[in-house]
This record gives sequence, C-alpha cells and structure tokens, in this order.
Amino acid sequence: MTNTTGAKIQDKQGNTWLYSDTVKDHFFNPRNILFSGEEDKYDADATGRVGSPACGDEMVIWLKIDPKTEKIIECKWQTFGCGSAIASTSMLSVMLSENGGMTLDQALKIKPQHIMERLGGLPNRKIHCSVLGDKALQAAINDWYRKTGQHNKIITTGAKIIDKELNITDHDIEEAVLEGAKTLEDVQKKLKVGVATPEAIPEIEQLIRFYSEKYYGAE
Amino acid sequence: MSFPQKPENKRTVYFDHAATTYVAPEVVKEMMPYFSDIYANPSGLYAIGREVNGALEDARRRVAQILHALPDTIFFTGGGTESDNMAIFGVVRKHEKNGKHIITTKIEHHAVLYPFEYLEKHGFEVTYLETDEFGFVSAKQVKEALRADTILISIMYANNEIGTVEPIAEIGRELLKWRKDNNTKYPYFHTDACQAAGAFDLDVEKLHVDLMTINASKIYGPKGVGILYKNRNVNIEAIVFGGGQERGLRSGTENVPGIVGFAKALELAQENREVENNRLTELRNYFWDRLEKEIPKVRLNGPSLDNSELRLPNNLNVSILDIEGEALLLYLDEYGIVCSTGSACTSESLDPSHVLLACGLPYEYAHGSLRFTLGKRTTKEDVDYAMTYLPGIVEILRKISPVNLKMDVKENTHPQYHQR
Repeated sequence: MTNTTGAKIQDKQGNTWLYSDTVKDHFFNPRNILFSGEEDKYDADATGRVGSPACGDEMVIWLKIDPKTEKIIECKWQTFGCGSAIASTSMLSVMLSENGGMTLDQALKIKPQHIMERLGGLPNRKIHCSVLGDKALQAAINDWYRKTGQHNKIITTGAKIIDKELNITDHDIEEAVLEGAKTLEDVQKKLKVGVATPEAIPEIEQLIRFYSEKYYGAE
Repeated sequence: MSFPQKPENKRTVYFDHAATTYVAPEVVKEMMPYFSDIYANPSGLYAIGREVNGALEDARRRVAQILHALPDTIFFTGGGTESDNMAIFGVVRKHEKNGKHIITTKIEHHAVLYPFEYLEKHGFEVTYLETDEFGFVSAKQVKEALRADTILISIMYANNEIGTVEPIAEIGRELLKWRKDNNTKYPYFHTDACQAAGAFDLDVEKLHVDLMTINASKIYGPKGVGILYKNRNVNIEAIVFGGGQERGLRSGTENVPGIVGFAKALELAQENREVENNRLTELRNYFWDRLEKEIPKVRLNGPSLDNSELRLPNNLNVSILDIEGEALLLYLDEYGIVCSTGSACTSESLDPSHVLLACGLPYEYAHGSLRFTLGKRTTKEDVDYAMTYLPGIVEILRKISPVNLKMDVKENTHPQYHQR
C-alpha cells in the first residue's frame, strides 16, 4: 500500500495531512454500516456508544456474537465524525468480522495503532479519531458481558483523580492530549486543571509527557 | 443506499473566495513587466531604478486616492497578517508608556487575535468585546470599554467566516468624541479591512480609522502583498528592521510586481463593487433559498441575508446538522465542489471556529458548519451544480450518523465538552 497518491491536506502549521488510499477507500466506501432508521430492525447482541456531537465525534457499534464461541459474527456501526473517524470505524468493523470473526478476547486486544496500520497510517493529529472506535468496541463488549452475566469480565478502566477540586482524572488529561494539547498551558485551557490545586501540576505535566509519547512518539 | 453518481464531466466550482481569489487577468497583465523587464531595485539611483521607483510611487498614489488619503499614509507590506501585526505591535511599542489597555473583539482573524493574546501575556490588559448572535459589536459597547489607559482598539471591518459588517464609522465617531471630551489622542483605531475591501467603501475619512489593513489576495490581486494605512498623526515603531524602506517602517526591497498588482486589483474591485455586490447578493440568496428548501435541518449562521449593508454579499455560512464539516467537505471535494468548514477537524486546536462559538453557537452546530464564499466568476450554473450533489451527500452522511439534533438550539441537551 502506497501513500503517494493519497489526498494531501495541509494544516495551519504547514504539516501535510496525507490520507492513504486505504483511508480514502474506507471513507468513500464505508463497510458494514447500519443506516440510521434501521436500528430497530437489527437484532444486535451488544451495543456500545461513545462520544457526543459536541466533541466532534460520536460513534455507535452493534455486535452480533456467537454465544458458544464468543466470536464476533457481525459488526455494524454509525459515526458522526471527520474522514478519519469514518474510515477508522469502517476498518475496525472489517477487522472484527473478517476470517470468521474475532473472539472477544482477541477483539479487546485491538489498539488504535492496529487500526492505523491497516489503514496505511493516519496523519498525526488525526490519531484521536481512531481511538473512539476502540472505546466504542470496549463499551459494546462490556454490554455483552453485562447481558450474559459475566460481570467479572467487565473492564472498568481505573480512572485516577488528579485534580480533587474539579474531579479531573488521568483520562481527562489523556483526552486533552489526544485532542492536540501539548503543554500544561494547552491542557489548562481545556480543563482548567491544576488552577485551584497547584500541587497537582507536577503529576499533570508527567501525564502530558507520558500520553504525548504514547500517541505521538518521543520528541 | 449510495452516494450521488459522479458527474461525467466533473467541474471545479470554487466557493472559497474568502480564503483567496484567483488573480484577475488585468492584474497579471499590469504586473508582468515588473518581473523581468523593469526589475531594478527602486532604491537604485540610476535611471532604471528611478523608473521602478516611479511605478512604486504611482501605485501608492492610486491606492491613496481610493482611501481618500495622502500617499505618504500608505505602507506596502507582505500581506494582511503582517499589516495587522505591524499596526498592533507598532502602536503598543511606541505608546505603552501612556497606557496598557487594548480592546478588540472575540471574532477577529487570528492575525489580530493572536497578537492581542501575546500582549496579554506580556503585561497588557485586553478587553475582548462580546458579539451578539450575528457577530455584531456596537459603538456603545466600545464606549463602555474605554478607559483612560486605553491606547489601541482593533475591530475588523467585515468578518471572514460569517460576513458580519461591523459599524466601523460609528465606532470611529464615538472615539473622536471620546478623544475630544478627554483631551487625549488615544486610543488609536485600527481595522482589518481584508474581507471588506472588495465590497465596501474604504474612505478613511468617513470611517474615522487611524490604521487600516488591506491585502491583495482577497481582491483578485497577488498573494503576499498588502498595505497598512497609517494616519500621519499616528506614530508607530517598526517591527521589521533593515534597509529602511517604506520610510523606515517596513524594511526590505519592495515587492514591486505585487505592489503594482495590488493597486490595479484595488482599483478594479472598487470600480465595480456596486454592480458586483448586487449580483453576488442575488446569487448568494438563491443558493440559500435552494439549500433551505432542499436540505432539511440547515441553519443560517451570521447576519440576515436581507440587509446588504450588514453582511458581505458573497458570504454564506450554514450549519448542516448531524454531520461533521470535514467529512462533508472531503465528499464535496470528490465532486469538485470547493468550500471550507468551521469544524474542529480542520483547525489546529481541534476546537471548532472561535467565531461561531463567540456567536453562541453550540459546539455540535459549529462542527457541522460549511462556508461558501462566492466570487466574480461564480455563476448560477455553479450553484446549481453544487445543489445537484449536496443534498444526496448530506442524506448519505446522515444515514451513517448516529446523531439526530433538534433544529431549535434550546431543545438539545448539551453534554459538557470533553465528557465522553
């Protein structure tokens, strides 16, 4: 898969957004969509919804699961979001259901970077668009575990409170970094974190560094 | 369910004239000799240098005439952003000892907003005027924000995103009165007129502005050239140092072809503006009528289309609910339809347009905004071409969207931003 014929879009800092041919293919020919208005007719075994239109991304995933093998038979979705978000969800749905379907355990191991690899890469600032699909999937699988009484398997991502005044967690910081914040100042603009609790700032800065490296690589 | 069939003869219909315009052929023609034939440095004392200098000063006179100003008030620069920076930093560096309060609006272009934010971090106090839901500020608001230590006010003539035309002359008059009543020369009044230059009167005497920015690339002139008008009674510090060109305020060998092109472009734009304004208004309103009729849940952003004095005639900004602007923009591009969006996904901050948010538009509406800006070459056929494909694309993107917003802003619940 080559990138050279992808659509070039430049952001305001002059960085090129390069959409690979695979991204374009999935964007213009999205796979496995459940058209809105047809949700009631679709008999899903589990559903996961994340995001909101106010954030700029919202996503719903429906799964049909074989109860014996716990394999995903079918994955359907809807997305409100940009080109990358639509392409990422489409690719995720293909990965989950291809070759006879993934088991739930396998599915839970899918990370945003796996989706990105299959897409032939995403522009740096578009990485957050592929993260939401991962979260919607997790929500859907939790829904399955809840419905089948496997409560011990439900994944509760242990959020740690960083700013006691505002009840802001490490997830909020992660989110801010994914949305483009690079410095303490950027994060504070979004979250006001640490403004009332300056003692939390060293930990906040450490988290910003950690998540920046995790998603964008070391500087 | 599928997307509208691709046209057999794909055209490019360009609806992004607020981003930049093509260069008018008459302008190119006037620029051409100054690249390879009449190319000397205008500072050269020899005959061919003097000839170029003559062209430069002729361009200055032509621009000054349109602004009803004297030639020595016109300073050529490298574009609108530079002119804005030159005005703002130029004034505050010269006059900060007399006050450290400056005023602007929340909907300025970043070329004004970011210098103000920078100054705010460096010891200045900034008042950001709120706008109403259509983007208007009032002379009364300005008056109420004035203080004894206010040295500069910068308010755009017309907004680039939603086309709002601010009451510059009225604000200017209010400031004249304030200065007289308080026996002061402050505050100085700057306006960024980049978007207005092709459509409205630029007479600085009528507008009562001390400084005004215009650039060529929005008025069918070349990119990378602009002017700063500066009243003779206003002193500013230079922000670019070097050979002392432009009377020491903007060093650097003059972009002579660009400057000659600027003068021609401004003349053309002002000559035809009334006829062209009427044509564009009619075409823009036709576009909106079709959008409103043929696509459900579309909201007009910015001022009413009825009053041609209060909104740029070529500007149409809409929110198409339940879909995200960047996705829509990329799909339209596949059909050759070019426009822009205020969605976060195209901005550097990942927050949607600061202008739409300042007008009180909820995030979910701003994410679905599209801006169509028409131009001299835009025809009814172009609008019809766009409307052949837009409704079908919107329908499909809505089919794959889980969102179903209410048209009335108040009926939607607004989950707090970042809460997922």
